[in-house]
This record gives sequence, C-alpha cells and structure tokens, in this order.
Amino acid sequence: MAEEMSRRPYHREVPKARWVLDHARYMRYMAREATCLFIGAYTLLLVVGIGRLAAGRAEYEAFLDALRSPLSIAFHLVALGFAVYHSVTWFNLTPKALPVQVGEEFLPDRVISGAHYAVWGLLSLAVLFLAGVF
Amino acid sequence: MSEREIELEVLRYDPEKDEAPRFQRYSVPCKSDWVVLDALNHVKAQQDPTLTYRWSCHMAVCGSCGMMINGEPKLACKAFLRNYTGVIRVEPLAHFPIERDLVTVIDDFVSKLARVKPYLIPKHEKPLGDGEYRQTPAELKRYKQYTLCINCMLCYAACPEYGLIPRFIGPAAITLAHRYNLDSRDGGREQRQQEIATSEGVWECSFAGACSEVCPEHVDPAGALQQVKIASTVDWYRDHLMPWLKR
Repeated sequence: MAEEMSRRPYHREVPKARWVLDHARYMRYMAREATCLFIGAYTLLLVVGIGRLAAGRAEYEAFLDALRSPLSIAFHLVALGFAVYHSVTWFNLTPKALPVQVGEEFLPDRVISGAHYAVWGLLSLAVLFLAGVF
Repeated sequence: MSEREIELEVLRYDPEKDEAPRFQRYSVPCKSDWVVLDALNHVKAQQDPTLTYRWSCHMAVCGSCGMMINGEPKLACKAFLRNYTGVIRVEPLAHFPIERDLVTVIDDFVSKLARVKPYLIPKHEKPLGDGEYRQTPAELKRYKQYTLCINCMLCYAACPEYGLIPRFIGPAAITLAHRYNLDSRDGGREQRQQEIATSEGVWECSFAGACSEVCPEHVDPAGALQQVKIASTVDWYRDHLMPWLKR
C-alpha cells in the first residue's frame, strides 16, 4: 500500500501586465494587436471627414486644409505603416485558418496568402480608380 | 566524444520543506550529443537523487519531459546542450502548479482533455461483423497532422491566454476535438461543440500563435483553433439566418 503523499502544490502568478515583456513572441503579438488602434483612429478621421462634408462646403475645405498640415501627414504615414503591418501579419496567417484541400493534397500556404494579397491589390486599384486617380 | 562542463540552474520545490521554490546550481560534465534530459539524469544518478522530474521515452514521443529551458517551453529530450551557452536555467512548465521540483500538476489539462471527448464517436454504430470504418487517403490527410499531438502541454505553457485565464480549455484539447471533428468516420461534433464553441473554449483564443511556435511535433494548434472559430461562426449564421437547414 502506497504511503499517503502530502500535497502542497505551489501556484505561480502570471503578472497582469508585465507578461508581455517576458518573451519576444508576446511583444510581436501585442504589436500586431496594437496596430488596430491606429486603424481605429484613421477610421474616426474618415467619420469626421464625412461629418464635415455634410456640414457644408466651407467646413469641408477647412477639413481638407487641416489634412495637409505636417502633423496630419505624419499621422497618415504612421497609420499607413501600422495598417500595412496589420494586413501583412494577418494575411500571412490566413493559410492556418483557411486550408484548402484539393484531392489529397493541401494547397501551398503561399497560394492562400497570395490570393489575399491579389484581392487586396485589386480592391486598392478599384478604390484608386473610383477616386479618379487614373 | 568531446566533453564540456555545463552549469544547470534548476528550480527546486519540496512541498514538505519549502515555502517557495528556489534555484539550485549543478555542474555537469556533458558529452557533445547530450540533451538537457541527459544532464538531469546525470545529476540524479551522480549528485542529487532527490531531484524530481518526469520523463519516459527520451525520443520526443511520450510528451512527459516538457519543461521551461531558458524560459522557453521545450521537451528536455529534444533540447541539445550544444545549442546553449552559459548557465542553462531549467524550470517546470509555466502556467501549471508545481507539485515538486520540475513536476507540475496536470489535472486541469487532463480534465479538459476528457471534456472534449477525444475519441471516435461513430455516426452509426455497426456490428463488428460488418468490418472496419473505411476511409480514403484524402480523408485521412484532412486531420492527420492533428493526430501527432503527444499531450506534452508545451502549448499551454506558451499560451498567454491560458496563463491569464486558466478556465480556457486551451490549444491541445481544442485541437484534438478538431481532429475528431474532421474525421469522416466521426459523428460526435455536436457533443464537442458544446464544450469548445464557447467563451471558455475557442473564443478565449486571440491567436497569439505561441502554441504553434513551441509545438515539438508541428501540430499547429493555432491553425486548428482558427478553423474551429470559422466553423462555429458558420454554424451560428446557419442557425440564425437559415434555421430550416437542419445540421
């Protein structure tokens, strides 16, 4: 008969905020999550723009002038950088979430993520076309 | 074979004596093809028989010797000493209570594994005389990657969500549920969905992807969990927008 074992398991607490700094992969993950703040901020800016447009011509012209300020251009560059990082990190993960089996084999990862990049490119061209760039 | 002296810094915890874990240093003469598990075995055999840890197969099959090696979840039998310089810090798997030294309490994982019913639940039971449930190579390939899980729990030690929210069913258990859900012979998905398509199931996952990075068998639990999310979302839309389509 086995002797009764005395058990007193030791519980380690995970630090509530500092865990992010524990490993580079956690920092990369939080960097990807944080990009949404800039995308959210840019979306708010577009909403404000629509509001200014509804308010009248003078208000909209003033809004467009404000967009040309150095501060605004700096914000746009930073937001664009984060948006690209956001899109690239997510597109590169799409083969994990959307595997496609054809016959016995799965399509290579680059086909799945490549299709996302292609649609992204086409939609961007369509938006530029609608905006009258071409 | 060349030898070198390495320094191990091993977390020790004796529940009968220690109030909290502490580190103990060991100098170990190691051969160039040794893994961390060899060094621990050398310590136990030659220096300190009280050192406690789990291991069995020494070939990355049994999943027993998972531990934190320099802060990274690893199988001690697969962590070659030649890849490390300086003092090697060995700790029990993160996010699990410590039973003693490097041995963790794994009851939580085992109970979660049981909850997701990781076994075949045939669509239609048939008498033994009718033969086996047959499957094409393509149907096998659909889930085969997920059968490679060895329940080593490295993914739980890596997952920040599990560390912060222990009720999360977690990567390996949900991946194994997915493995059986994908099996053409299985009819148990409805039962498993009740456990995994929930807030403490797959919706606790925020796709940090750490589980897949540390998986020693390249199972890719993060991929499995995202696939479960998509399938569960399709279920929801089908139930709410097309209720006449019975699942």
